[in-house]
Amino acid sequence: MEREVQRVRQAFLSGRSRPLRFRLQQLEALRRMVQEREKDILAAIRSDLCKSEFNAYSQEVITVLGEIDFMLENLPEWVAAKPVKKNLLTMLDEAYLQPQPLGVVLIIGAWNYPFVLTIQPLIGAIAAGNAVIIKPSELSENTATILAKLLPQYLDQDLYIVINGGVEETTELLKQRFDHILYTGNTAVGKIVMEAAAKHLTPVTLELGGKSPCYIDKDCDLDIVCRRITWGKYMNCGQTCIAPDYILCEASLQNQIVQKIKETVKEFYGENVKESPDYERIINLRHFKRILSLLEGQKIAFGGETDEATRYIAPTVLTDVDPKTKVMQEEIFGPVLPIVPVKNVDEAINFINEREKPLALYVFSHNNKLIKRMIDETSSGGVTGNDVIMHFMLNSFPFGGVGSSGMGAYHGKHSFDTFSHQRPCLLKSLKREGANKLRYPPNSQSKVDWGKFFLLKRFNKQKLGLLFLTFLGIVAAVLVKKYQAVLRRKALLIFLVVHRLRWSTKQR
Amino acid sequence: MDPFEDTLRRLRETFHAGHTRPAEFRAAQLRGLGRFLQDNKQLLHDALAQDLHKSAFESEVSEIAISQGEVTLALRNLRAWMKDEHVPKNLATQLDSAFIRKEPFGLVLIIAPWNYPLNLTLVPLVGALAAGNCVVLKPSEISRSIEKILAEELPRYLDQSCFAVVLGGPQETGQLLEHRFDYIFFTGSPRVGKIVMTAAAKHLTPVTLELGGKNPCYVDDDCDPQIVANRVAWFRYFNAGQTCVAPDYLLCSPEMQERLLPALQSTITRFYGDDPQSSPNLGRIINQKHFQRLRALLGCGRVAIGGQSDESDRYIAPTVLVDVQETEPVMQEEIFGPILPIMNVRGLDEAIEFINRREKPLALYAFSNSSQVVKRILAQTSSGGFCGNDGFMHMTLASLPFGGVGASGIGQYHGKFSFDTFSHHRACLLRSPGMEKLNAIRYPPHSPRRLRMLLVAMEARGCSCTLL
Repeated sequence: MEREVQRVRQAFLSGRSRPLRFRLQQLEALRRMVQEREKDILAAIRSDLCKSEFNAYSQEVITVLGEIDFMLENLPEWVAAKPVKKNLLTMLDEAYLQPQPLGVVLIIGAWNYPFVLTIQPLIGAIAAGNAVIIKPSELSENTATILAKLLPQYLDQDLYIVINGGVEETTELLKQRFDHILYTGNTAVGKIVMEAAAKHLTPVTLELGGKSPCYIDKDCDLDIVCRRITWGKYMNCGQTCIAPDYILCEASLQNQIVQKIKETVKEFYGENVKESPDYERIINLRHFKRILSLLEGQKIAFGGETDEATRYIAPTVLTDVDPKTKVMQEEIFGPVLPIVPVKNVDEAINFINEREKPLALYVFSHNNKLIKRMIDETSSGGVTGNDVIMHFMLNSFPFGGVGSSGMGAYHGKHSFDTFSHQRPCLLKSLKREGANKLRYPPNSQSKVDWGKFFLLKRFNKQKLGLLFLTFLGIVAAVLVKKYQAVLRRKALLIFLVVHRLRWSTKQR
Repeated sequence: MDPFEDTLRRLRETFHAGHTRPAEFRAAQLRGLGRFLQDNKQLLHDALAQDLHKSAFESEVSEIAISQGEVTLALRNLRAWMKDEHVPKNLATQLDSAFIRKEPFGLVLIIAPWNYPLNLTLVPLVGALAAGNCVVLKPSEISRSIEKILAEELPRYLDQSCFAVVLGGPQETGQLLEHRFDYIFFTGSPRVGKIVMTAAAKHLTPVTLELGGKNPCYVDDDCDPQIVANRVAWFRYFNAGQTCVAPDYLLCSPEMQERLLPALQSTITRFYGDDPQSSPNLGRIINQKHFQRLRALLGCGRVAIGGQSDESDRYIAPTVLVDVQETEPVMQEEIFGPILPIMNVRGLDEAIEFINRREKPLALYAFSNSSQVVKRILAQTSSGGFCGNDGFMHMTLASLPFGGVGASGIGQYHGKFSFDTFSHHRACLLRSPGMEKLNAIRYPPHSPRRLRMLLVAMEARGCSCTLL
């Protein structure tokens, strides 16, 4: 393991991954891979999650293609140095921010969207000029295998490598030193990753999870609301980190909600959901059994059918759920939707705030004031109002959690920023040493005052412009060349002294 | 008995009650900070003189004025910074409201160091308060006089329901770190930085770590040695060298070294007189432990300038060492004192290689008349920040973020970067409850025809967007 990481580090140190052209080439190659080997990729995802071609394409491949195109279009602008506003002390200098790659990035992928959750971070890391080690989730075996097979065929084989393996291999990998680690997964492992990172002072981005609440107000169109929720909840058989985990609503709404969700499920997946090509399966037996256990003792309003042989769990809704029961204690990550009745929005807000900050928060209402209140009085990674999932789709948004749902963010430019070091650069000249005399010891009270002036004085651009014109006027008025230099210095000094005096009087 | 339990609970309750959210409240806190600096100016000067023998100039310029500047900047920009940031939308979200909401994290812990005990405590505090957090401040117990003022005076200027100062040494800090915070801001050594991050990992608390390292200073052959000597000496001996961004060691050719030594001697004499120990402009080492550590470093290489020390005064003369081996202690640890070793390299390539063999420093300096040389060093090295032809001036510009990379730290702050550091950037998408027809394409059942449509649409699109 150490040797592999060393090899990648050596590749990075060669400087190959830095030039813009190289990064664009690699991204283009990645794009070609996705297009040319689409069938293989979709087949792998299908084998892992029983996901239909349409779903795999629209949920994973589209996002990857969109992200690559976005990078290709914007990268030339992002890699350029960005000048920053200067102050009086640095007026004549060059001051800018230069993004630089961090080095070797480790990306640990997840199994629920095994392609996009590994490749989208990879895109950002490549764009920022890093070398990357990818560790796909071993639970989505087929995708892990196909990634290990395809990536070396299209990308630089020394800079970007795939390492496959289980817990043991990942633990070994985490002992190595990286320059950034992006992990997508659960809270428990997130802590392990951060602790391992701490040994090397490696910055981390942790995309974790939690129970994303979904509040349904009385004042809304339940038809539309339930369609949207059904779509987001049962997508990928509920195995989505930003799926609406549970519903909060007034008790009187429960029956209607159940009815409408039932209708929508029938519309989406047909009479016999098991036969719908658009409905996925649970990733493995362990998770299947885990989700089953959440149903114990619950009031199943509809659904609840399961088939262990195919790891099938029907779209299920639970009503009158007791917050103390197991289904409300862990992230469900399955097609089970509990409804927890609350008296009103105040109770809903308190309920949400008593719990860990979720990755996503959803609120459905015609009343914009209520939506605003929900946002103002709670915290979460992100929010979508009157829909679910959608804030993930806009890559001008940073996508990430807060509190136990994660730290850091990525997508679009936020990926580029996450995987870069924005290095502040100030370039001065060796000339004008005379001006520095103000700062050198031995010090005096006047030097102290000058020091304060230069640090705290704020210049009004217009006044500065006018004064500059005056200054220019003085210079222009000088007829004799050999006095020009002296007078220029005197003028600058007069200008500064006048301003200093005016500013000092204002200070008192 | 946990001494911090009650304080932390009190602060959390205040945060949950929403008191720190309104702009007016935050502005009042910042104004309180400003008044603290104004009212206690003399007290602070005296304390800094007591702790570190800081001159009025140094105290003003590197502690009080900097802190005041940040307070003023935050007050002026608070509302602009707090505003929801609207973001560009794609085809699917064209009709929606899409913005990033800046939210306070909650309970923030700031652990401050002793070398700039006012600046490195108050500047992060400005950011944390401006962002609407409740703050627990743990000032360094080593800079005792300032610690006392921060503990006794500062709380009187802030709302104590959302601000507390806790005191103690490594043991108490360890105990404090067992608690859960929503953000931890630490300034100090990499060794303790690891401890802080490990403790933070247990609660998944995000951190900013402002650490340190050995900041290299490359001097090209074609420079005026006197100008270089002035600038390097000023930044090296400022605060008796106890600055995380001070040039730690010089890299230059043996020829340049020959020219630099007399220039450095001349500068030091001009700055501090013939007897630097009697100059009011030279600081002292913070405590015995660091004094002993630094005195031991004087034995490395050969003393070319200075080398005197006085234990009773914790005084170490502005010193330059030559003929230093890379393996000697003075080149193995961050010096953090008024000692400047000169390492010889034959040209830029060797200098760059030397720098890259080591941990990424907090700051990197290069002196050269050739912008090519400067740009090359910039391109082929990495560091927290960089200044060409001067010392840590880049820190005085609030439009530049300040922080490390690699072993020199995680995260950045100053000015707006402080506000952003202490805020959670929450993506908010508000969709309209209508327009349901547009969503139809995303709902199952999906047909092969629909997939074909999607593929065609993807090919045809000019800009990048997700159809769903």
